[in-house]
Amino acid sequence: MSSLLIGDARAICESVPDPEMPFVTVGDLGIVRDVIVDDAGRVEVVVTPTYSGCPATDVIRDDIVAALRATGFGEAAVRTVLAPAWTTDWISPAGLEKLARNGIAPPSPRAGGAVDVELGVRCPRCGSIQTRLVSRFGATPCQAMYRCADCLEPFDRVKPH
Amino acid sequence: MIANDSAGTNDAMARERFVYALRLGDDALILAQRLSEWASRAPEIEEDIALTNIALDLLGQARALLDYAGTLEGASRDEDDLAYLRTEREFTNVHLVEQENGDFAHTIARQLFFSTYQLALYEELISSHDDLFAGVAAKGVKEAAYHNDHATQWTIRLGDGTDESHRRMQAAVDRLWPFTAELFESDDVERSLAAAGIGVDSSTLKSRWGLAIAEVLSSATLAVPETTWTSHGGRRGVHTEGFGYLLAEMQYLHRTYPGGKW
Repeated sequence: MSSLLIGDARAICESVPDPEMPFVTVGDLGIVRDVIVDDAGRVEVVVTPTYSGCPATDVIRDDIVAALRATGFGEAAVRTVLAPAWTTDWISPAGLEKLARNGIAPPSPRAGGAVDVELGVRCPRCGSIQTRLVSRFGATPCQAMYRCADCLEPFDRVKPH
Repeated sequence: MIANDSAGTNDAMARERFVYALRLGDDALILAQRLSEWASRAPEIEEDIALTNIALDLLGQARALLDYAGTLEGASRDEDDLAYLRTEREFTNVHLVEQENGDFAHTIARQLFFSTYQLALYEELISSHDDLFAGVAAKGVKEAAYHNDHATQWTIRLGDGTDESHRRMQAAVDRLWPFTAELFESDDVERSLAAAGIGVDSSTLKSRWGLAIAEVLSSATLAVPETTWTSHGGRRGVHTEGFGYLLAEMQYLHRTYPGGKW
């Protein structure tokens, strides 16, 4: 199978929007680990979930298959692989920027331990670092809730994982 | 598949791995179900979200483990069959995870005890020769660490809080303590899988768990209970009184509308 075709399949998979944060793609999030196209044109996509129970994973699987079918790939299947485990370090620079632009504070790079100690989280609206963690859990498994002490707005943040 | 000399050994190992996957999956599933009961009932909105998020992580772990158990068993049972169509005596979770939520302090004590255990377990299981167990552990260790941090912070805040919060946190620790011994009871299945580098002999986690718990209780100005009676039987399918009610609620929809999807 030509590398062009594999490249096409990969680009299509990576352009699928995340169902809960539609301004970033699954490619931005770094959860598409591999795309394999066999001689018959069948596509296998290897995906790593962000969190074990993330409900978006099932939707992402269906959306990837639908996107491939819509662009002429016949058979497509998504395989979930748990290891190596996804980390927020796999979010692309473009992904981090899109998060910030859409009001979600991006995660800081992980220090290496299982639980990060946070020093300062910048408000995605006014840029202040006078922010406070309101809840360690948020609207999706990958987010925590913060509040800015300067502009007083609450905001979500993708927590380092 | 681990290389073995005879097909018989392979079969036995598959059976043991099935039993093991079911145990870990059942622990995660039943605790997820208990935590889900807090939805819309937690003392504050942030905790409502926290407890249900933790439940979601555990449910994800349970799905991977039960799906794998079904594959290992080879009897065409999928994750839903295992979760929704087994009876009480066929569940092999420990008693700790099925204990009723009680007040918020009881839920936090249960979370502290279980997440400390699960974190230690997953830290070991990451190096399993079984790819699925290693994968669930690699993913789960980060989640368990976060759950453990949440429970630790609340234990300290309540224990070292007001007289009332201290009293209730201590009562919760005392009430749930007898259910922790079962976490560290290993048997032939665990020892065999541990020897093959596939599973973890949970008795080896006990001292690490004890030290971690003692440290948190001390920071929380709480006493380590001196109770000596312990509760057993979950791994053999013998459960405590509240478990039947939990299953009735968890399985009702699937049993009423078999195979229903949305």
